Amino acid sequence: MTTQRKKRVLMAKPGLDGHDVGAKVVARALMEAGFDVRYTGLRKSPEEIVGNAKEWQADVIGLSLLSGSHLPFCQRLGELLRQHELTGVVWVVGGVIPEEDVEKLRAMGVDRVFPVGTPLESITDFVRESTK
Amino acid sequence: MNKKDESRPPPVCNESGIEIKPVYAAEDVEQSGGFDRIGAPGEFPFTRGIHKDMYRKRPWTMRQYAGFGAPAETNKRFRYLIENGQTGLNVAFDLPTQVGMDSDDPMASGEVGRVGMSVDSLKDFEIAFEGIDLDKITVSLTINGAAPTLIAMYLAMAEKRGYDVAKLRGTAQNDILKEFIGRGTWVFPVEPSIKLVGDTILYCADKAPLYSPVSVCGYHIRESGADPVQEIAYAFCIARTYIDHVLARGMNIDDFASRLSFNFDVYGSLFEQVAKFRAARRLWATLLKEEYGAENPRSMWLRMIAGGGGAGLTIEQPENNIVRGAYYALISALSGTQTMALCCYDEAYTIPSEKAARISLRTMQILIEEMGLCDTVDPLAGSYYVETLTNQMEERIRTAMREVDEQGGIVQGVVKGSVQNAVSKQAFERQKKLESGETRKVGVNCYRIEEEERTVEYHPFEEQVCAEQIDRLRRLRDERDNEAVERALRRVGDDARAAQNVMPGIIEAVKAYATVGELTKCMADVYGRYQEPVCL
Repeated sequence: MTTQRKKRVLMAKPGLDGHDVGAKVVARALMEAGFDVRYTGLRKSPEEIVGNAKEWQADVIGLSLLSGSHLPFCQRLGELLRQHELTGVVWVVGGVIPEEDVEKLRAMGVDRVFPVGTPLESITDFVRESTK
Repeated sequence: MNKKDESRPPPVCNESGIEIKPVYAAEDVEQSGGFDRIGAPGEFPFTRGIHKDMYRKRPWTMRQYAGFGAPAETNKRFRYLIENGQTGLNVAFDLPTQVGMDSDDPMASGEVGRVGMSVDSLKDFEIAFEGIDLDKITVSLTINGAAPTLIAMYLAMAEKRGYDVAKLRGTAQNDILKEFIGRGTWVFPVEPSIKLVGDTILYCADKAPLYSPVSVCGYHIRESGADPVQEIAYAFCIARTYIDHVLARGMNIDDFASRLSFNFDVYGSLFEQVAKFRAARRLWATLLKEEYGAENPRSMWLRMIAGGGGAGLTIEQPENNIVRGAYYALISALSGTQTMALCCYDEAYTIPSEKAARISLRTMQILIEEMGLCDTVDPLAGSYYVETLTNQMEERIRTAMREVDEQGGIVQGVVKGSVQNAVSKQAFERQKKLESGETRKVGVNCYRIEEEERTVEYHPFEEQVCAEQIDRLRRLRDERDNEAVERALRRVGDDARAAQNVMPGIIEAVKAYATVGELTKCMADVYGRYQEPVCL
């Protein structure tokens, strides 16, 4: 039997917002679903998040954004992922995201947006499928 | 099990874990602690409220949370709310202000004026409160990490406008310990953060004795996953930390305890919340009297804002939140709150629209004007159910406080991250119960509308407002007397190093138009910055 390393999810809180109940709930759900999960803590810059993801060789980056500043952050994060040739990393975003911004985020490289109200199972299912 | 048992209704537990009986009678009250400790309104132990006549004399203060963009925009919203009958203001600051940064800080990029009003200097306060009579409208500042600076700005602004600071009323949230547990706008490490709360209490007791420098928040701890019992227990442990700190600096309990206030949450089962508040009032009064030896009854008063309920609102079928808001307001009124603020129905999506804010205000006004909520004090008193539950909740809060103490106290818990961890674990359990349908939520796990059309309008964010704010900040730095600013900042740094009260220096600095970011930096150079114990 070969033991495969667990897929790694880096859960991150970019910007200054301190509301991380959602980020931690999703992190716990992913842990329960068998992923290796690390949470960055609050107030991380896109540079720090990408740096962490690269160093830890994360398979997935999950961003939680509630303050309305998702577009500028994701713009920058997308650029950095391309710069560091990390476009293979699955990138998901959750939080207070207006429907009209979903396409804009997709264009920046986000694989999937999970707005408030998404069941945990949809998130764990998507992450499992996309890291197969 | 016989047939009779099978026909009985299934057991029901409230969120705090108390089993609810189908019927209550006098013996339930007797067995849970009796009727003796209810007392009269306005008298120790204040179960029925801190005032004898309560809302007959004056209804609760209506204080919707508001603020966005630049100070001039927020001033417009303030005036709109006041014109519509609001009796207090509750200021929302943007994130850079909340964590003590200037608008042009690189970390502030994209966040200026986004979730609240942007403030860099006293100038912004002058604009935000222009035309508002600070004697008639009391102002509450929702500020924590940067509270010393923002309190100083408020006092300086009022003084500049000719108000006597010694008679000025108002509140600052300024509860930093709960920021480490939930909400996250910390700046300095835990110990100096407590010291700064102490500085504001000492300063206000001396110079602004009617100002409430701290509003201890169970609210955000509850929103982060705590149950109603823990909400009160953690808040009381935090309040005791501030009290102990100030006592250790030589104050007498009756010199400042009457100016402490609280901020609690209202969502959940109606009777459980009402009992929670009545129990909390009685327990707080008892603690102050017996543990701290307070003699002035005002020191024993649990004054509170009870409202919000954000975690109870849903993004699904947002109009249902209007109805929830009405019940939350009812809970708050039945609980004898001093101040009320409701989350607006669109707040799960966006900054409330004018219309949504007005509906929240009207909700409270309907209770006051049409529903008879102000006619008599503590109308649920004497109910077998409510009195039993009040006794039981009080006992459970005491037990929860004892457990915190046994585990090394709330400060240790926060430093190690064990409190944060416990609360976040509960948030996860709560979410799972919601998704499994064990906890029913209308529009979410029952009575859902698939393919729902949502008609909420998003608050427009004006990019140029942020650019203008930065422009004004840069002009200010050119135009002010920079020598005076440097002198004042040096004093703040020196006072911090000498473990003196930094408030007099901060007042001097903000009067010279030192900025939020400059003051934060000056203190961080001495105190350092908080390093978060990241835990899951």
